Amino acid sequence: MGNTLVRAENIGKSFSSVPVLQNINLEIRRGEILGVIGENGAGKSTLMKILSGIYTPSSGSVFFEGAKAEIRKPIDAKRIGISIIPQEFNLIKDLSVYDNIFLGSELVQKSRLLNKSLMKARTAELLKALEITIPPEARIENLSAAQKQMVEICKALAFDSKLLIMDEPTTVLTHYEIEVLFKLMRRLRDRGMTIVYISHKLKEVKAVCDRVVILRDGLLIDDRPITEITLPEMAERMVGRALNQIFPPKNQPDERVALEVKGVTVPGVLSDISFQVHRGEVLGFAGLMGAGRTEIAETLIGIRKPVAGEITLEGQRVDVRGTRDAVRHGLSYLSEDRQGSGVITGFTVTQNTTLVSLPRYSGAAFGLIAKKKEREAAGRYQKMFNIKTPSLDTRLEYLSGGNQQKVSLSKSIDTLPKILIADEPTRGIDVLAKTEIYQLIHSLAAQGIACLFISSELEEVIGMCHRVIVMKDGKITGILEGDQINEAEIMFYATGIRETRG
Amino acid sequence: MAVFVQRIRRVDFQKYGAVFALIVLFALSAILSPYFLQYQNLVNILRQVSYTGIIALGMTFIIIAGGIDLSVGSMVAIVGAILVVAINWLLPVFQSELLVILAVAALALILGFAGGAMNGVMVTKGRIAPFIVTLGTMAIFRSLTLYFGNAGEFRSKSEMFGNLGMGSYLYMPIPVWVMLVLAVLMNAALNNTRYGRYICAVGSNSRVAMFSAISVDRVRFFTYVITGVVVGVSSFLLTARFNAVSSTNVGMGFELDAIAAVIVGGTTLSGGRGTIWGTIIGAVILGIINNMLNMIGISPYLQGTVKGLVIIGAVYIQRQRA
Repeated sequence: MGNTLVRAENIGKSFSSVPVLQNINLEIRRGEILGVIGENGAGKSTLMKILSGIYTPSSGSVFFEGAKAEIRKPIDAKRIGISIIPQEFNLIKDLSVYDNIFLGSELVQKSRLLNKSLMKARTAELLKALEITIPPEARIENLSAAQKQMVEICKALAFDSKLLIMDEPTTVLTHYEIEVLFKLMRRLRDRGMTIVYISHKLKEVKAVCDRVVILRDGLLIDDRPITEITLPEMAERMVGRALNQIFPPKNQPDERVALEVKGVTVPGVLSDISFQVHRGEVLGFAGLMGAGRTEIAETLIGIRKPVAGEITLEGQRVDVRGTRDAVRHGLSYLSEDRQGSGVITGFTVTQNTTLVSLPRYSGAAFGLIAKKKEREAAGRYQKMFNIKTPSLDTRLEYLSGGNQQKVSLSKSIDTLPKILIADEPTRGIDVLAKTEIYQLIHSLAAQGIACLFISSELEEVIGMCHRVIVMKDGKITGILEGDQINEAEIMFYATGIRETRG
Repeated sequence: MAVFVQRIRRVDFQKYGAVFALIVLFALSAILSPYFLQYQNLVNILRQVSYTGIIALGMTFIIIAGGIDLSVGSMVAIVGAILVVAINWLLPVFQSELLVILAVAALALILGFAGGAMNGVMVTKGRIAPFIVTLGTMAIFRSLTLYFGNAGEFRSKSEMFGNLGMGSYLYMPIPVWVMLVLAVLMNAALNNTRYGRYICAVGSNSRVAMFSAISVDRVRFFTYVITGVVVGVSSFLLTARFNAVSSTNVGMGFELDAIAAVIVGGTTLSGGRGTIWGTIIGAVILGIINNMLNMIGISPYLQGTVKGLVIIGAVYIQRQRA
């Protein structure tokens, strides 16, 4: 067995006779950080779900420490020492950190009562060993996304995991938090822990992994030490062709103002927000998590009620009282929280595409839906965005994250908006899908649509936006233009080192 | 072969599970009792099923939208009681008995609308859990009926009304026709209209629905109103059937029958998905079970036990699939 912890032999998996994984042969070595990259639907998540017992493979077998492992359920994986940290955290928000860590394996006293002090002490030990400063008694709901992730990691370590699988762990983290996470990962590796790191962010894979495997269309097509592959190579291998310029050239925005926000205040969330966006302009919103960027979007579409200030659309003062008003005024919101507020996973591709724009496909009197028209529209978006789905009648729960995001975008565009608010439009999706979405936003801008582009990835803010608004603690700290738009400037304003009111 | 079996499991069973159950039950009943297949018996089953079946159609909408309505049985009673009082009061006023009946038919719809709207307002504007709201109105409607009827009977003086309740059209009892027509309409509403789509969206994920410019409250409100209206229809037909309303008995346990029909018909209790024809089949399945229990001489008091087991079993099977 030597240095090999897990060996997957000829793994294949099909869903209703559509193969999503074929002939995967993979070795995971002790004490390494293995990056797994691939486009949406390449099979990364499926492979990891097989290792962690959520799916059973259609063919092939998994060997753990040299012995054949029958992983049929998540509990089987946990028992042999495989833990997965999913994209969506599995924590109970009303309970404390230590309660969560010992959830399902509580320590008890002789009297069968919970041994809280021991659990607290063990948790404290664990946190200390990982140099994490979270009190064991803290309630989960009071923690930041990064802290929650640390708790997830502790949860895995508390039960002597030998293999830790992390699925897109950095999507909800800020720059600084990512650095902290990477330090922790390296420390764990140096102690002999094996980590599988699934990500779309090639830079991060390059920074933290020792080795990388690349999946494409359900096949394992590359397996190399990280030192022997460059970033462009990784991207090309993933996509299967050379990538052109990632960001499209910026167009010239119109003189006319599409949207003006003046002095908008929402108590405890936003204070005195003022800005303008022109037709055809891509206006970036940068800032750390919790700076109030999503809250601006929610205020614009009428979910949050401002106590002061006014919103003017093409010179007309508007009062947006709810999402219906927003759509009527030509405001469309692409949500950052895909499954929470973007798409209905139980609905088909078609049904999701027309969810907001349904009135256009249905009669005025009885609301009878013209199903053929509806399907044609969905088909157009499927082609335009290259959405990978078995059919337009497939429910979204069977699509990969990136394809779900494309459907979500179709839904936002199909309302024919004048202003598109794209909130983290490329979160958790692969390079190819990203460039497609950049192209799309660019072409919408070229058509005169104003776009508010909210993103935590500075690279795309810099690459896409004509101007960038930087926020901190619910306030605008700076509005950057031209040469000012660079990482250093943005971070100065985002962290509050510098502050001007634009 | 494995793929084939998997397909049957995933698609067909989920969609047509209730149909299979109905076929099996039908065959079993035909074997167990020689009287089962007699025309009169089958018509009786349908008639018995129709009153709660009509209500179950509205209940399907409510459950798909993620709600529940426990007040339907009591609402049948109170609407029926008011209808009888109205008939007796109107008979000397209007010359034509037919006119009186038409008037109370309209009244039944209005009362049902009002009752459903009451539930709907409390659920949406009041933000009270539907279970609690309708548990409350269930008690209120029943208690008012008992109070005004002195726990006795409201008896109608209109002969024509009673005849209507017993009437048939094209060899089928009128309430069965009503149920089928309503099913066709509501099936179209659910599958082919904007409102139907919105009901599923709200029940599936109300937050996404809200972000998608759907008036979640309005969609929910109207599921209760629609149910109220079909309760009004059912109450009109049932009151005509006996030409009287017993304040203690009428509508007793209808909520159980209606919810059972919806669940057995394959609509998930958690909302988001369901079918009208499934509900009709669910109602017929329950009707056949009752009929069989009578035929093979099992105490009517045990019928509740069987119904309860069927509901629990149906939800259990749903859970296994999910």
